[in-house]
Amino acid sequence: MGALRYIRMVLWSFFGIRRRSAAIEEQAKVKPLGLAAVAVALVALFCLTLWGLAKLAIGSLGMTPAREAPAGATSGAQAKPTASVENTMAQRMQACVVCHGKEGRATNAGYFPRIAGKPQGYLYNQLKSFQAGQRSNQAMNHLIQHMSDDYLHEIAKYFAELDLPYPPAHPHGLTPAQQRVAETLITKGMPERQIPACISCHGENMAGRLPAMPGLLTLPADYLIGQLGAWRTGQRKASAPDCMAEVANRLFPEEIGAVARWLSSQTLPTGIKPAAASTQPLPIRCGSGEQ
Amino acid sequence: MTATHQRRVVRWLLGTAVTVVILGALVVWVNVRGETPVEPVVAATAASPQAIERGAYLVRAGNCVGCHTTPGGARFAGGRGVETPFGTVYAPNITPDSRTGIGNWSSSEFWRAMHHGRSKDGRLLYPAFPYPSFTYVTREDSDALHAYLTSRKPVEQANRPHALHFPYSTQAALAVWRALYFRPATFTAEPAQTAEWNRGKYLVQGLGHCAACHSGRNVLGATSLNAQFAGGLMPDATWYAPSLATPKEAGVQHWSRSEVISLLKTGVCALASVSGPMAEVVYTSTQYLREGDLDAMAQYLASIPTRKDESRDAKRTDGDTLARGRKVFDQYCASCHGDDGQGVAHIYPALAGNRAVTLASHNNLVQIIRKGGFAPTTLGNERPFGMPPFGQLLSDDEIAAVTTYIRQSWGNSAAPVSSLDVLRAR
Repeated sequence: MGALRYIRMVLWSFFGIRRRSAAIEEQAKVKPLGLAAVAVALVALFCLTLWGLAKLAIGSLGMTPAREAPAGATSGAQAKPTASVENTMAQRMQACVVCHGKEGRATNAGYFPRIAGKPQGYLYNQLKSFQAGQRSNQAMNHLIQHMSDDYLHEIAKYFAELDLPYPPAHPHGLTPAQQRVAETLITKGMPERQIPACISCHGENMAGRLPAMPGLLTLPADYLIGQLGAWRTGQRKASAPDCMAEVANRLFPEEIGAVARWLSSQTLPTGIKPAAASTQPLPIRCGSGEQ
Repeated sequence: MTATHQRRVVRWLLGTAVTVVILGALVVWVNVRGETPVEPVVAATAASPQAIERGAYLVRAGNCVGCHTTPGGARFAGGRGVETPFGTVYAPNITPDSRTGIGNWSSSEFWRAMHHGRSKDGRLLYPAFPYPSFTYVTREDSDALHAYLTSRKPVEQANRPHALHFPYSTQAALAVWRALYFRPATFTAEPAQTAEWNRGKYLVQGLGHCAACHSGRNVLGATSLNAQFAGGLMPDATWYAPSLATPKEAGVQHWSRSEVISLLKTGVCALASVSGPMAEVVYTSTQYLREGDLDAMAQYLASIPTRKDESRDAKRTDGDTLARGRKVFDQYCASCHGDDGQGVAHIYPALAGNRAVTLASHNNLVQIIRKGGFAPTTLGNERPFGMPPFGQLLSDDEIAAVTTYIRQSWGNSAAPVSSLDVLRAR
């Protein structure tokens, strides 16, 4: 029990208050050297515990000490390089995929349109429109504002050449009457109101037409409604004569809703391309579609 | 009321009136002193092709197109607004249309606008037109600019009136402002320096009007020599133009000249890349400048006296915010900028040790994360890589966390950014 007595004595001394008679009584029973050794050991243990606790606390707060900055660094020129970045258009266009989906393949949900597989002429016209403020979308207006025409052409070509599967069809939720309205507008138009059939310009299977008519199937309904609305209010403009502005203004709002939901619900088989350029004049003069 | 009392009131009124008249006269005198009378006659003979060519180059150096053209609009036809705390100033039509443009302006009237900041009709011009810088442009260069602009196709497009708040909308207020802050000046070469250095200073201080953005401004929107190149928020308070006098911001005192030339010529260099308003400057202006002029500018920029750096290392943020920031970083940023923020030279800027990241003002970092962007296309960088506009995806809170994480990792030590800061940095 000798060791225990030593420990008890040291602990009492840490505490600092003790009856004098008891202390003197114990001191007589121990060797001073042993007492000193036990005291040093206990102090060391105490310090270790404190250090451990502090480390634990710092760790739990995430306050790991910052590493030294490389001397004189202004940027990463001196830092180690990452795995090499591919020198491809796909890598350059990573800026687009956050909204337009992987490889520009957005789904029919949400708002952002699919751009993969659209005619190159159409995509280029849109990029130019965003640059010139004829289409307004803060993100697009900002991203391409300092780009040469050459690069815009290359971007349009890159996305036009992507041949990727379309999302599957989904129920459109239209009433039979609404569905009839939509299908009539798409396949026959309303000649009495000078509204041409959608397919007469956008291609027999609505997959677009060269050089610059976009395919419309699988686009999000909200996007389609948004664009037709923007044409009606003059917020979106295409090269004059602006055929879609005319068509959008001749449509009734409920017709726009029905057509948009119908177009959005359809799908297309993989590998389908925009139709060849029409040899006949289009049913309506179209500044951008003829470029 | 006694007669003495009446006399005292009259004397007091008279005294005030005289003081007002003297002060008014002083303001008017300060505004027009030093002007030589303009010759309103437009030269009958067309300018020489050499002068026009010279002017074409100088128009690039002065980036006239930057303000005097709207996106998609006719070149130099004006209409772009400069948003300031005092309202919006719209750039006028500077095509040679005689009714809506400067077709009737003589070269002498054009010079008065550049050097004295007064319009053809005598109106005082707002310093959103950076005549506090252009005043250093030589008469010869001013004539060349005039020759080029008047050789363009006239475009009829009426000027949009400024939308300024009272009293800033009045000429009287502008006259007082000018009396306080504007003196016409002439560029004088410093004989102790080389010809290249002086050329660089002339371009940076005069036509290049770098100080218009890169200097601090007081509450009345004036830049002062004390704060020259000290950095400042853009007038619309979106981006921060970093200090050219602080190596911790955009000072190039420790850079090699070739890096400065590369940045101004191509928009990227091994040490940095341009974004925001500076991307526009490179795209519409500096990429077209001759190597010799860029070299001269680099020489002058490197010699700008360094200001005392008052920034201190910031306190580390709590672990929870940093952990959330790290999660966002790992998910969205690390694939391009590297796990340790090391980046890829010339393509994806490193974030570790990047001056743009650790600026005292967090505005630019928030703008870049929110809006993404591409480096401008230039002859030296024709197919730039891009960054997505993460504002489409991340909440203000997530942007605040990742911004804070980036500012406090890999040896970076800058102040944390709160969600409120992010919200304000619109």
